[in-house]
Parts: sequence; C-alpha cells; structure tokens
Amino acid sequence: MDYSQFLQMPQEVGLLLVFLLVFIYDTFMPQRSQRALPVFTTVLFAIYTALCFVPCQCVNACEAGSLFGGMFEVNAATWAMKNILNVGVLLVLLQAGNWTNSDFMSVRRGEFYELLLLTLFGMFLMVSARHFLLFIIGLESASLPIAALAAFEKNRYESHEAAAKYVFTAIFSSAIFLLGVSFVYGIAGSLYFNDIASSLIGEQSALLIAAVAFVIAGVGFKLSLVPFHQWTADVYQGAPTAVTAYLSVISKGAAAFSFLVILAQVFGAAYSTVWEWMLYAVIILTITIGNLFAMRQRNLKRFLAFSSISQAGYVMLGVIAVNTLGMASMMYYILVYIFSNLAAFGVIAAIERQTGKTTTDDYNGLFKTNPWLSFTMMLAMFSLGGIPPFAGFFSKFFIFVGACHTGSVAIYVLVLIALINTIISLYYYLLVVKAMFIRQDDCVIPAIKSSCGERAGMILCALGIILIGLVSCIYVGLTEATESVSEIFALI
Amino acid sequence: MPLSFSIAVIAIPLLMFLFLGLAGVKMGRKLTGVLGVIAMGVTTVIAYGVALTYFFDSSYIVDGVRKAVIVWNPDWLSFTKDYVVRMGIAIDPIAAMMLVVITTISFFVHLYSLGYMSDHHGNPEKGFQRFYADLALFTFSMLGLVVATNLFQIFVFFEMVGVSSYLLIGFYYHSPAAIHASKKAFIVTRLADLFFLLGIMILGYYTKSFDFFNQNGLTGICDSIDAAHLAIAKAGGATFMGCSVMAWALTFIFIGGAGKSAMYPLHIWLPDAMEGPTPVSALIHAATMVVAGVFLVARLFPLYVIEQGSMEIICVVGAFTAFYAAAIACVQSDIKRALAFSTISQIAFMMTSLAVSSADGALIEIHEGYGLGYMASMFHLFTHAMFKALLFLCAGAIIHAVHSNENSDMHGLHKYMPITSIAFLIGCLAIAGIPPFAGFWSKDEILVACYEKGLGWGLWMSMVAGMTAFYMFRIYFLIFHWKEHKVHTEHKPADQVWTMTLPLIVLATISIVAGFVPMHDLVTWDGKELHTQLNWTVAGTSVAIACVGIALAFVMYYKENPLPSKMKNAFSGLWEAAYHRFYMDELYQFITHKVIFKAICVPIAWFDRKFIDGFMNLLADVTSSASFAIRRLQSGSIQSYVYVYIMGALLLAVVTMACVLFM
Repeated sequence: MDYSQFLQMPQEVGLLLVFLLVFIYDTFMPQRSQRALPVFTTVLFAIYTALCFVPCQCVNACEAGSLFGGMFEVNAATWAMKNILNVGVLLVLLQAGNWTNSDFMSVRRGEFYELLLLTLFGMFLMVSARHFLLFIIGLESASLPIAALAAFEKNRYESHEAAAKYVFTAIFSSAIFLLGVSFVYGIAGSLYFNDIASSLIGEQSALLIAAVAFVIAGVGFKLSLVPFHQWTADVYQGAPTAVTAYLSVISKGAAAFSFLVILAQVFGAAYSTVWEWMLYAVIILTITIGNLFAMRQRNLKRFLAFSSISQAGYVMLGVIAVNTLGMASMMYYILVYIFSNLAAFGVIAAIERQTGKTTTDDYNGLFKTNPWLSFTMMLAMFSLGGIPPFAGFFSKFFIFVGACHTGSVAIYVLVLIALINTIISLYYYLLVVKAMFIRQDDCVIPAIKSSCGERAGMILCALGIILIGLVSCIYVGLTEATESVSEIFALI
Repeated sequence: MPLSFSIAVIAIPLLMFLFLGLAGVKMGRKLTGVLGVIAMGVTTVIAYGVALTYFFDSSYIVDGVRKAVIVWNPDWLSFTKDYVVRMGIAIDPIAAMMLVVITTISFFVHLYSLGYMSDHHGNPEKGFQRFYADLALFTFSMLGLVVATNLFQIFVFFEMVGVSSYLLIGFYYHSPAAIHASKKAFIVTRLADLFFLLGIMILGYYTKSFDFFNQNGLTGICDSIDAAHLAIAKAGGATFMGCSVMAWALTFIFIGGAGKSAMYPLHIWLPDAMEGPTPVSALIHAATMVVAGVFLVARLFPLYVIEQGSMEIICVVGAFTAFYAAAIACVQSDIKRALAFSTISQIAFMMTSLAVSSADGALIEIHEGYGLGYMASMFHLFTHAMFKALLFLCAGAIIHAVHSNENSDMHGLHKYMPITSIAFLIGCLAIAGIPPFAGFWSKDEILVACYEKGLGWGLWMSMVAGMTAFYMFRIYFLIFHWKEHKVHTEHKPADQVWTMTLPLIVLATISIVAGFVPMHDLVTWDGKELHTQLNWTVAGTSVAIACVGIALAFVMYYKENPLPSKMKNAFSGLWEAAYHRFYMDELYQFITHKVIFKAICVPIAWFDRKFIDGFMNLLADVTSSASFAIRRLQSGSIQSYVYVYIMGALLLAVVTMACVLFM
C-alpha cells in the first residue's frame, strides 16, 4: 500500500491529529488543568480550520484525485464542503465551551469533544466516499456517537428519551439503507460508485426502484426528510442544546452533500425515470409538513427542529437541480444555514443555560432585558426566513436559481411551492421576533451575561449573516469549485 | 501624495458615520461635533493632496492628455463573465475637482453647524449627534459617487445621496412640513432614478460594460471619444420608435440626472427641501448633491457628444429651466426659497453649457476651442458651489439671528450684522458675474459657448444672467437695507459665533479668487489643455446686463418706496403666477391625486383588498387548519415513528413502480 496517499487527504489527517491531541490532553493532563480543555480544543480546532483555508495549490500533495483504489475522492468540491463543516463545528465549539465546563460535565468533558470530532471524521468520510462500504462506515460513525452525545445530560429524563429514540431510528434507517445497497449490489455486482453508475445505464427494474427508495429513506433519516423525520423534534428537544445545534446543521450538511453525490453519480442514469419524482414528492412534503408543524410549536428547540426539517427541503432543491449550479447553491445554502441556525441556537443555549427557559412565551419582551441577544435572534430569524439583505435571502435566491436552471416545468412548479412555503415560514419566524420586540409584557428572563466563547460565537454568526450575502466571492468560489467536478453529473 | 490616499478620503467619512451613528448617543454633543469637524478636516487635507498631485504631477499626462487613473477597482458582483459590477475609485479631472469641492464645502458646513445646530430657538438641539452622523453619511455617498468607476456604482451612490438627503431634509421630524418635504424630495428623485436605472440597463445590455475607463485591456464606455464610438457601435444601430436605443438610454440617464439636479419639470422638490437645517441646504441642496446630475452628464460626455439628439433635449431643458427658475426667484419672499430657485437656475446654466459645447458639429469635428462649454460648465460648478454655499451659510446666520425665513422680518440688518452683510454682498457680486469675482469668469465662458451655438441661445442666456443679478440684489437689499425693522432695536441681532463667521469669511475669500484657477488647463473633456481667452464683446455685454439688473434692484429695493408694490399691482397676474411657481405644484397635485390615484390606484387597491388579500387569507386559513388537523401525526411514540418511516419508504417504492412499470 502506498502510504503517500495519506498526504493527499490533509483535512482528514489534520482532524485526526486534533482528535489525538485532545485525547492525549484529556487522558494525561492533571485534573486541575482539565477545565482548560474546551479552550484547548477550540483553539486547536480554530488553527486547524484556518490552515484548511490555505489554498489548495500551496499544498502540493493535495491535488484532486481518487485514493485507495477509487474508494476515496479528494477534489475542490469536497475540500470546500469540509471547510464549510469545519467552520460550523468551530462555531459549535465556541458556543459549547460554557456548557461543557458546568459541574455535572466534569467527568465527561473530554468525551464530548472526542465524540464530536469523531463524528465529524465520519462525515468527512461520507463526503469523500466513492464506495458504499466506506460510505456506510462514515454514516455509522457519524450517527452512533450522536446517540451518546444526546444522552449527555444523564440526570434529565428527556435526554435519555432523545438518545433512545435516536438510536432506534438510526439503527432502523441503517437497516433499510443497507437493504437498499444490497439490492444495488445485486443489480450491479459492485459497490464502487463508478461501476454501479455504468452498469445501471438502461436498467429499469422493480429492484432498482426499491433500492433507490431505500437509499433515499436511509439518507433521508439523517436529513430528516418527511416522512423519515419524526425522530427530529423529540431528539432536538431532549438533547443538550449544543448537541442539537451540531445535529441540526453539521450532520445535515454532510448528509446533503453525500446525498447529492450518490443520487447524481450512482443513480444518475435513473434520474428522470425513478428518483426525480420520488425526491419531488419528498421535497414538497418536507417543506410543507415542516412548516405546518413549526407553526404550532411553543418550545423553541422543537420549533427549530421543524424549521430545520423545512429548511432541509430547500436544501434538496439543490439536489434535484442536478447541475453544478445547484450543487454550488446547495453548499452555499448549507453555509448560510449553519450561520443562521447556530446564531439562533447560540441565543437559546445562553438563555437556557442560565434560566432554563425555552418557550416563546418566555421570550416576550426579551428586547428590554437582553437587547443584544434579541438582536442576534432577530438576525437569525430574518436570515432563516429569507429577508434581504441578510444571507438567508441570497442562499434562497441562489438555490431557486439553481433549481430553475434545469428548465423543466415541473421544477418551476416545485420552486413555486417552495416560494409559497417561504411566505408561510415567515409567519412563524416573525412570531419569535414579535414576541421579543413587540410584546409589552414584562420579561421573565433577567439580563444575561453570556460568556466570552458564547459571545464570540454569536458575533461571528451575526457577522456571517450580515456579510456572507454581500461578499460575492464566496458564491463565485463555490461555483468554480463545483464546476471542476461537473463529471458527477455526466449521466444526467 | 500618492493617489491611493483617495481611499482614505472615502473611508474616513464612512467610518465617521458608523462611529458617530453608533457611539454618538453615548458621547457628549461637543465631542461629537469636534470629532466630526476634525475628521472632515483630515479628509479635506488628504483630498487636496490627492487633487493637487493629480493636477500638477506631470506623470499623469500622457501625450498631452491627462489620463484617468484607476486607484482601486475590485469585482463586486459578477453576473456572468462579461457582466461584472465593480466598486472602486477612479481619479480623473472632474473627479479630482469634485473631491476638492465636496470636502471643502463639507468641512465648512461641519464647522458652521457647531454653532448653528447648537440650539433651536434657544433650546438645545435634539439629535445633534444624528445630524453629524448623517452629514458624514452624505459626504461619504457624494465622494463615492464622484470617484465611481462605473455606471452601476454611480447608481448605488446616487441612491445613497438620495437617502442621506432624505434623512437630512427630514431632520426636524416633528415638523410636518419637513416630513412632507423629505418625502417629496425622495419620491421625485426616486421616480427620476427609475429612468436612470432603465438607461443603465439599456446601455449595459448593448455595450456589455458598465465601466467608464479602459482597464486591463477592457474598453470603458467613455474613456475617450473613440471608446464612446466603439460603445455606441456595439448597439449595432438598433432603434426603438425611430430613435437609436443609445439615444433612449442616454436620455433616460439624463432624466435621472435631471431629478437630482432639479431640472424642469422635476424641480419641484428642491424649494421644499429648504425645510431642512440651513447648513444642509448649503451642502446638499446648493453645492454638491444637486450638481450630481450635471456631473453625470459630464461623466458620460463622450457618449452624449455622439448622440446629438439627447444633447438637444438637455440643451432645451436647461435653457428653459434657467429662465423659469430665475423668473420665480424674482418674487419669492422666503430667502431660502429664493436662493433655491437661484440654485435651480444656475444648475440649468451648467446643463445648458454642457449641452451647447458640442452643438456646432454634425458628428464632431474636433477643432480649436471645442469643448469650451464642458470646461465652462465644470468651472461654473466649481465657483457656484463656493459662492452658493456662502450665500446659504449667510442666510443661515441671518435666520439664526432673527428666527424667521421671511425677508419682511429682516429689513435693515446691515447695521447689526456687518460681516454677514459683506459676505452676502460678495456672494451676490460673484453670482451676478461682476469682475473680478469668481462667477464672472465661469459665467463668461458659458455665455461664449452659448453664443457659439447660436445668437439666440446666447441672448437668451444673457437675459437670464441679467435676471440673476436683479433677483440676487433684490434679496440683498431687502435683507440688509430697505427700512430698518422695528423689532431689531429691542431684539438686537448680531453676527454669530466664530464657528459660523469663519466659514463665511473663508468662503467669501474663495469666491473672490476662485475665478483665477486655471480651469481650462486642468478640467477638460478630453484631458487636453484648452486655450481660451477672454471674449471682450461677450464679457462686456454680460457685465453691462448685470449692472443694469443691479441698478434696477437698487432703484426698487434699496430704500423703502412704493415702486415694488406698484409693479406688483401692474403685473398682478404674472406676479401671482410666479409667486406660486407657475402652479407647478398644483399641477402635480392634480395629476397625482385626481388622475393617477383615482384612475389607477383606487381600482388596484380594490383588487388588492379583494383578491390578493383574499388569497393570502385563504392561504393562512388553509395552512392553519391543516396544521391543526395533522398534529396527531407526531405522537411521540417510537413505534409509530418507525411505522410511518417504513410505510413512507414502501409507498415511495410502490408508487414509483406503479408509475414507471405500468404506464
């Protein structure tokens, strides 16, 4: 085996290095310096993230290419996607610092970071995998530790419930997914994406349709697409807020990207006959049902769970577009979504940590006691709702443009439905803003002093929400990155 | 000083806006004001440094042509590979000149406002910090406009000066008149900007470029006359309703400029804009923003030269507006409004001058003295900014002293406010065109250019110049002489504090000497030096006409006498019409309220209420009830989750199979 191949995956190697250092610190450092672990991890991860932004050309080793006999692929798009995930994880780490330093976490602090970084590694594998075996390893290592993370607050009943529901559903969806993959293997006789793709050309059988449906169901679980979404609300509500934040953005981002790769590259030949219509139905259901449920939620974490279901539907518009523009828009959407959602979760976590309050009614008149938190929350809601000039507007705009680029009438209709749903979603996003700014009741939440990490995280999120849309080079860079991997769409 | 310092000229006002706007309320009033003045002073010094370097460093002259320099020009939005919108800084003769004008006036207005805005009829002014923040925003926007490297950037900053003008006109937001005025200004200029945008889109569509200047091997649309020919050729002679599309585009762009520059019939907002604080009127509505339209036409001058049709329109509009506004200015009793109409008239002079400068040729034969009007227009823009700001600041000092805008409350102030009186007199002499004051030199060049186009044009503009002298001295005599007002003896008005007097003195000095700036060497349309000499016939005539105007004003208004009221009665119809600005506002009211609102808006509102709202309500009702109906789906039990999951997957598979295999 040629070990120099590892040099071509500096992002994964770097991540493992960070993991190892954190692990060593956790294991061997004396008890009194353990409280510095969050800072240590965050700084280390920040350095790692920054290094990953060094342009690819500077690191000779990391040319695009496939490694390990074609199982693992590195190219501009995967590179960019992993960078997006890194940025998101960095924000999560910043916001979680205080929570992990609370007393009941003292014995488990290290585990939180280690599990988090390991799931991220699993997601990197999903993003880069070009072989179903590797993909499933990635999928599982990105799923199972999350159950442990969800159960972290072991004194709370809801935390257990969340973990149990997550682990059952995850196992179930894995089973379905594996069934689907085994069908594929039965048809194609290979697990390499390329080989499957070429042997599926012209194929049209009930087995293939079942396989595609099961694959969609399997990955749909990670993305919480309707009707594979029902675990979402309970898990989001029960899990610790830092974990929920992680689950809602990072895990979804990685799943969406690999979903696009699988559907476009592996099942590209079956696009118009099989999965376009499946996905079409799933998208409409996801956006609409997510919205309908989000309207009625009073608990903010549950509310964001349904909002994130609906947002996942918009992300899928980038998948159904099956072109490089759609792919770029999807990545851009994920990036913006990371910033917007984490801003919201940052505020919720800060308030929950100090007062334990998580319902919209508690937020009435928040503006008077916590103007900056309310402002950040407002930015997040505006961005999630897609109000210009915030980043969420641009990401929605680009994803619609990407979808419309296909030029098919059915997709226009889909975009129209998505647009109408955007209007509906404004209703519930603005409800939160209304509660904070317009309700005149006395606020039950006292003025809160957030920690440095939380503050830094929220400021970064707010800046991201304001600036990402205006700095055009980000989207342009993503389009260039995806154009270089246009061969993914060769079979469409 | 390297030209890259111009980035600081733009950046400092922006930072001041952000800083004063965000932190101003936490700071004291004095600190805010002083900080604003100091920052503006630094900006002014740098701007002078940049302009002087550009004008007097010979390295910017290539083959006798002063080249535009692009200091900084990053991509901002790229729609496609061809369509790239950039945001940057370009320095060329008119941009450098405008940097000087804007920073000078802005600095003096900042300084002056320290005194003027300190109290409002004796009470401390509310929103002092907001005022300085808005001033900084305006200065930033205006500077960004003049250094724009492309049409799109100009449009962005055009809107931004509109917004900051809106904010400052409506500064006294508790006064209904100020609110109406700010809305009117915003709506009228926005309407004009709609045409501007249309023009940009047409131009951009055909020329495939928004950039003004050549850069990186790409040809700008108006870098030189050749570049302009090239740009127009790209339209391939496409026509719309008998005129070439480029003529349409340029006319639309001119309408945008006409809105900001208050050309007839889009002038109606400017007199009302006088509701804003007087320093604002001096900065925005006399010296800088209102010349944005002139600047725009000057910027695209090579294109207009080729499209003679658009140029003719500008010429007619300009000449008419000059006369029309001058006529109204002769009878106004509110001094700020009289000055506002004078501004409209003078800007019309500049427009006309731009338009006549190319009038003598079918497709341009460039000859000696060609482009005189362009130079004259820019020259007049420069001198006018100085003396009109002076006049407004004097008016502000007077208003501050007597707490009224009506000249009937002012009579006989000479004795009480000597410095203001002399400064105002200098301003009047300058605008009337008496040598050696600044206005004489620039107006003379304009008149020469007009006579070159044709005797009729020249005579018409000479007549307007005479009217200018008359109405300015009418204002002067009514304020400072006539009969001394009784109130003054008890309520002694006086010259104001030094922060307000110093700008008057300096600007008065500039108004005396600005005519000697060698503008014909520095600011020309093609960057080459223009050789001009004083045309004694024209100069003599215009001075004579001005003197006649002044003499007439002297006879009628120096001492209290019944002549003005006799004249008023003799020409009562004309007087009434002019006093009511020829009923243009009423006409607009009629068209908007009676015609547009009744015929268009009422039916649309009905449709909106019945159908659009109905649809939205339906959507809301359906959503709400659907949301209620499906709430049981989320039961909370894991068994049912898995059930839904597997059913979903199977349904997906089965339905697709049914569709694919049996259809």
